[in-house]
Amino acid sequence: MNAADFPLPFTNYQIEGAYDEMFDADGSTRQHYQALFQRLLELPQNELKQRQQAADLSFLHQGITFTVYGHDEGTERIFPYDLLPRIIPADEWDVIERGLVQRITALNLFLKDIYHDGHILNDRVVPRDLVYSCKYYRRQMRGVRVPNDVYVAVVGTDLIRVNSGEFVVLEDNLRVPSGVSYMLANRQVMKYVFPRMFSMYGVRPVDHYGQALLTTLRALAPKRRVDPNIVLLSPGVYNSAYFEHAYLARQMGLTLVEGRDLLVHDNVVYMRTTAGLQRVDVIYRRLDDDYLDPLAFRGDSMLGVPGLLNVYRSGNVALANAIGTGVADDKAVYAYLPAIIRYYLNQDAILNNVETYLLSDDKQRRHVINNLDKLVVKAVGESGGYDMLIGPHASREERERFREKIIANPRNYIAQPTLALSRAPCYIDGSVEARHIDLRPYILYSGDQVTIVPGGLTRVALRRGSLVVNSSQGGGSKDTWVLS
Amino acid sequence: MLSRVADSLYWMSRYLERAEHNARVLDLQLHLMLELAPEMAERSWMRLLDSLVVEPPKGPCDPYSLTQLLTFDARNANSIVACVSSARENARHVREQISSEMWEHVNRLSLQARSVTLESIWNDQPHEFLRGVKEGCHLFQGITDSTMTHGEGWQFIQIGRAVERAAATAQLLKSHYAAYPLIDSHARVSEDFVEWIGLLKSCTAFEAYCKVYTADLRPDRIAEFLMLNPDFPHSIRFAVNSLSAALQAITQMTESKRAKGVNRLGGRMRAALDYGQIDEILVSGLHKYLDDVLAQAEAIHEAIYEAYIWYPIDELVS
Repeated sequence: MNAADFPLPFTNYQIEGAYDEMFDADGSTRQHYQALFQRLLELPQNELKQRQQAADLSFLHQGITFTVYGHDEGTERIFPYDLLPRIIPADEWDVIERGLVQRITALNLFLKDIYHDGHILNDRVVPRDLVYSCKYYRRQMRGVRVPNDVYVAVVGTDLIRVNSGEFVVLEDNLRVPSGVSYMLANRQVMKYVFPRMFSMYGVRPVDHYGQALLTTLRALAPKRRVDPNIVLLSPGVYNSAYFEHAYLARQMGLTLVEGRDLLVHDNVVYMRTTAGLQRVDVIYRRLDDDYLDPLAFRGDSMLGVPGLLNVYRSGNVALANAIGTGVADDKAVYAYLPAIIRYYLNQDAILNNVETYLLSDDKQRRHVINNLDKLVVKAVGESGGYDMLIGPHASREERERFREKIIANPRNYIAQPTLALSRAPCYIDGSVEARHIDLRPYILYSGDQVTIVPGGLTRVALRRGSLVVNSSQGGGSKDTWVLS
Repeated sequence: MLSRVADSLYWMSRYLERAEHNARVLDLQLHLMLELAPEMAERSWMRLLDSLVVEPPKGPCDPYSLTQLLTFDARNANSIVACVSSARENARHVREQISSEMWEHVNRLSLQARSVTLESIWNDQPHEFLRGVKEGCHLFQGITDSTMTHGEGWQFIQIGRAVERAAATAQLLKSHYAAYPLIDSHARVSEDFVEWIGLLKSCTAFEAYCKVYTADLRPDRIAEFLMLNPDFPHSIRFAVNSLSAALQAITQMTESKRAKGVNRLGGRMRAALDYGQIDEILVSGLHKYLDDVLAQAEAIHEAIYEAYIWYPIDELVS
C-alpha cells in the first residue's frame, strides 16, 4: 500500500523504512490500532485540530515547561505534546516488564559488587580498568553499605523498537532519570481529549506512580525512624526539570527542598524550617553526584549540602539513587550488560542491547573510524542527545570533528549502528504522519519489590525524518497506552 | 514551612508593595508637576527621590529621565519594573506554595510591565501604565486573600507588606517635613497647598483625612493621621498593628521558642504607636521619631530573620 492509497487524514503517511506501530508492512492496520484508526477517519478535520489546541492550552496553563540550556539564559518552553496515543498490547508489555525487572535486579547486584568485593572484576567478566576509568565511578563509595543494598531505586530505561518489531534497550538512566511527570501529565490531558476511546480501549492506569515512588523511598529509610521525613532535593528553579520536581513533590506530599534548605550537624541532615530544624531521613535527590556535596565532590557546587556524604556513609540518611550509580549507565559498561545479567542471574537477557563498538579496542575503533558515515557515535557519560554524532545525517566537517575526538579520547565514546527507530502516527499540522519514537518506562526498586507502572514516556522526533527524540533537541511526547 | 519559602513570600510581598507605592507617588508627582513652577517642581522631584531612597542621577534631571529612572531603569533596583520582576522571581521560587491564580497574576503583571518602554507611553502620559501597576498590585492582594490558605505563608505575606508600608510612609513623612522645618504645626497651611495635598494623596489619604478633620490642612493633623490613625490602612500605626498580629499568629502556628525577641519588638512598637500623642511627638522632634520608626522596622526585619529564617543551628529543635 503506498502513501497515496491512505485516506484522509493519512494521505501524507509513510510506512517504508522502519517498523510502523500502526500499520504492518503491507499497509493493513494492526489489530490494537484499529479502533483508533477508525476514529481518526470519522473525526471531522477541525475536530482534531481543536483537540490539539485544547491539549496545548492545558499544558500552557498548568505551566508544564522545561528549560533549554545554551540559548537565551533559561528559556522556558512547553514540551510539545502529540495528540495520538501510542498503544502497546498486553503480550508485548509482558516481555518488556520481565526484561526490565531482570535488568534492574542485575544492575543493583553489579553496583553492589563493584563497590564491595569486585567478584565480577576478579572473574574478568567486566574489565577492571573499564570500571575504574569511568567518570562516574565514585571511590568514596567503596565499602559503603547502602540501605537494603538498593543502589538504583528509580530507573528510566530507553527502549526502541527495531525493524524486526523487537524492543531493544538503547540506554539505562540510572542517575537522575527525568520525564515521568510528562507521562503523568500526558495521561491527564489525554483523558480529557479522548475520553470515550480511552475507556473503550481498557488502558491500564499509571496514576499510582507517585504512591509507588513514595513507598519505594519509605522502604529506604533508616529502620529506627518511625515516621521518616522524606524530601525531594532539587537544584532549583533554573534546572530544566524543575517543573517535574515540583510536580512529583506535590503528588507525593513531600517537601521540595534545595541544597540551601538542608544542613548537616553532628552527622545528621536537617532542613531549616520556620519552626526550627527538622531531621531528614530520606532524600530523593534530583541532583547529580558532582553537585551533591561540595566537601566530597565538586567544591564549587552551590547546590549541594556540605557534609552529606559523611552522613550517608554513617547510615543516618538514605539517598535515592545512591551515589556512584552512573558507572553502570556508562555506555561502554552498557555493552557488558548481557554478560552482567548472565553472571549474576544465570539467565539470558530478555531485552537485547543494541550492538555497541567499544572504541578503546583498536580493532573496533579502526572499523568505526572507517565507517563514521554509517554509525552513531555517543559520549559514554552524556545523555539528552548532547555530544553525539549521527553519521548518515552529519556533514563531513562534523564527522571529521568526531574522528579527532575519538582518537583523542577513545574511552569517552562508543559507536552503534544507525537504528531505524519505529514510527507511530502523530498529528502534524492538520494531517496524520509517521514519526520516529522511543519508549522510556520507569522502574522502581525497593530491594524486595520491583514496580513498573504500565506505560512510560513515549518520546517523538517531531521533525520529519529526525531520529533524535530528546526534548532539548526538538522532541515531543505522547501518551502511552498499555492494554490490559 | 521551609525558612527559604517564608523568606521568598516575605520578599515577594515587600516588592509588590514597593512597586505599588512607587507607582502611586510617581503618578502623583507627574500630576502635581503640571501645577508647579519649574524651580518648585525640581525641589519636589528631589524630595520624591529622597523619600524613595533613590540617589539623584548624575546626568540630566528632567522629568523624562527621572521617570525613566523610577519606572523602567533596570540599574535602579527599586524601579517599578525591577520591583515587579523581583516579586515575580520570588514567587517563582515558591510557585508550589502559592495558588496558581497568584502565580499567574504576578507572572502576567511582570510580563506586561516589561513589555512597555517609557518612550512609547510618554506622550500620552504614563498615567495609564502607573495605574495598571497599582491596580495589578491591589488585585494581587485580593487574589491572595481569597485563594490562599490563611496559614503561616499568608502571614509572612502580611508581614512583608506591613514592614514595607510602615517604612515607606515614614520615609515619605520624613522627606516632606524636612522641607518645612520652620512651619507652625498648629496653623492652617497657607502656602504650598498643592504639596500638602500631594503628601496626603501619596498615601491615598486625602479623602480619608477630610472625613476626620475636614479639608482644613494642618501639619500636625496630617502627621497625626498618617502616623497614628488606627483605622486608615496606610498609617504607620495600622501597618504595625497588622505586623504585630501576624507575628503573634506565626508564633502560635510554629510554636517557636525563638520568637520572644521579635514579638517583644513588634509589641513595643505597636504600644508606642497605640499610646503615642502627636503633640508630644512634635515637641520631642518629628524627625527623630520617624528615624526611630525606621530603625524599629529594620530591627523587626532582622529579628524575623533571626527567629525564623537564619537562626543559628546550635539551637536544635525537631
